[in-house]
Amino acid sequence: MDYTPLFISIKTAGVATIISLILGILFAWNIIKIKSYLKNIFDCILTLPMVMPPTVLGYFLLKIFGVNGFIGEFFLEFFDKRIVFSWEATVISAVVVSLPLMYRTLRSTFEQLNKNLIYSAKTLGIKNTKIFFRIVIPNSFGGLISGIILSFARALGEFGATMMLAGNIPGKTQTISTAVYSAMSAGNEDLAYKWVAVNLIISFTVIFMMNFILYKQNQNRQVI
Amino acid sequence: MKLYVDIKKRFGEFNLDVKIDLKKGITALLGASGSGKSMTLKCIAGLEKPDSGQIIVDDTVLFDSKKSINLPPQKRKIGMLFQNYALFPNMTVKENIAIVIKDKKQRDNIVKDILKKFCIEDLETHYPYQLSGGQSQRVAIARIIASSPEIIMLDEPFSALDSYLKWKLEQEILKYLKDFDKTTIFVSHNRDEVYRVCDDIAVISNGKLTGTIDKWELYSNPKTYSEALLTGCKNISEAEIISDKECFALDWGLKFENLSENQENIKWIGIRANKFLNSISDNEEDYYSFEYDIIYKMEDTFSYIYMIKPKGIEVKSLIRWEISRNNGDFLFSNKLYINKSDVLLLT
Repeated sequence: MDYTPLFISIKTAGVATIISLILGILFAWNIIKIKSYLKNIFDCILTLPMVMPPTVLGYFLLKIFGVNGFIGEFFLEFFDKRIVFSWEATVISAVVVSLPLMYRTLRSTFEQLNKNLIYSAKTLGIKNTKIFFRIVIPNSFGGLISGIILSFARALGEFGATMMLAGNIPGKTQTISTAVYSAMSAGNEDLAYKWVAVNLIISFTVIFMMNFILYKQNQNRQVI
Repeated sequence: MKLYVDIKKRFGEFNLDVKIDLKKGITALLGASGSGKSMTLKCIAGLEKPDSGQIIVDDTVLFDSKKSINLPPQKRKIGMLFQNYALFPNMTVKENIAIVIKDKKQRDNIVKDILKKFCIEDLETHYPYQLSGGQSQRVAIARIIASSPEIIMLDEPFSALDSYLKWKLEQEILKYLKDFDKTTIFVSHNRDEVYRVCDDIAVISNGKLTGTIDKWELYSNPKTYSEALLTGCKNISEAEIISDKECFALDWGLKFENLSENQENIKWIGIRANKFLNSISDNEEDYYSFEYDIIYKMEDTFSYIYMIKPKGIEVKSLIRWEISRNNGDFLFSNKLYINKSDVLLLT
């Protein structure tokens, strides 16, 4: 059995999770501060990928990152890099589907953070960046862990948009989920079964870990 | 040390209109829930932006809408004590204090001094969830003092505590505030607390605050409906002015004559529950009197409460009459007397 789909999947999901984490923190922290109706609009845009069919997502991604899409064209011209059907395309697809989960988890975590902590930090003269890194982030630990793990699990299971933007090229863009599809369409049920098992084990472990970490966290700090 | 505030802020239907001029010492901000107390503090601290006006400490302008000055809270040097103390849960006591000290070289020494001064050296490695209420308060005050503020504001620090602990923490906080010796604003809706802690009181009602009043004057002679209510007046009736010197309490069906004060704007009449007398020894001319029926009776910790109404009159609301238990369960007569000076005429 060729294990490259496993490595590609883990690498893709890992990188996508890191990107989602950074973008998610950025979006969540700034969107909760907006006071106008724009808040609702930004929120919708960031959440949409979670509820749209994968094919619709794939369509949009091709329009943007395809050879004729504005970003795709830009990359082709300046870096001589074709995004479609590359490994980077798997990451892009994974980020788009995992970001909504990250963003929503972090947003509710930040909103639940006791506002008086931030108020008192401000009146005590602590700078805003310091407040963010030393108070907001450490006290959102549970939310960060949940966001990371949910995003990772979702990125790992990404199929539809990946198929359309990155394709299913063995050794290059073939992930576990697309490998299952290939195996099934080739009538190789044994192989499909193996990949299904691998996927189940990874997802189960990841979610189990999340619960475990959050449980430990709650034990250590009862009150926030 | 002087704090001058003159601000307006509108949100939805609510209008905040605060004008106050404070000197050194502790001033109370007394108001019911939703009267705009916390919003006032937030505007002064820079956590909310007023629509217009000025906030000035000594000669430093913190906020001026005309000159477009609006200092961030970090630059205002106004310490604020929150109800649950808002200690940072991810930091130890020591770290909670260290983070507010800017001078990196002196940080360790300053933290040590502060820990010592507030007798919390033993707690330095504790996390906030390991502290009792009293310890949390001490750490929170130590942290505020460490940030060297010019003004301290306390936002209902005791309202979530039981009365025994409240008394202890109140004594402790007073000690530290005396050491602080600058301007302090103490926000509360509890009249007893305010009376004990402060000399001057500013009453805020429906977002309107116009200045401070001496506490003795406020408690003995409230001028407005909300002042009477906040200082604990239990009987307040709508008033109808009959003539120059006559007034009718609509809720109780009682008439008050020979009023001494100018009563043009009088809208309410108030009588404190403990001011009714069942018998008098001096001149009857100084008193109003009426015959009464007792509707029901209750026992309070140290007093009896009688809910009464004037005899033979239909009333909108009952009158509350309280007598100390020491006076026994014995009623002298079927008449009640009120000294004329104890009838509060309110606008």
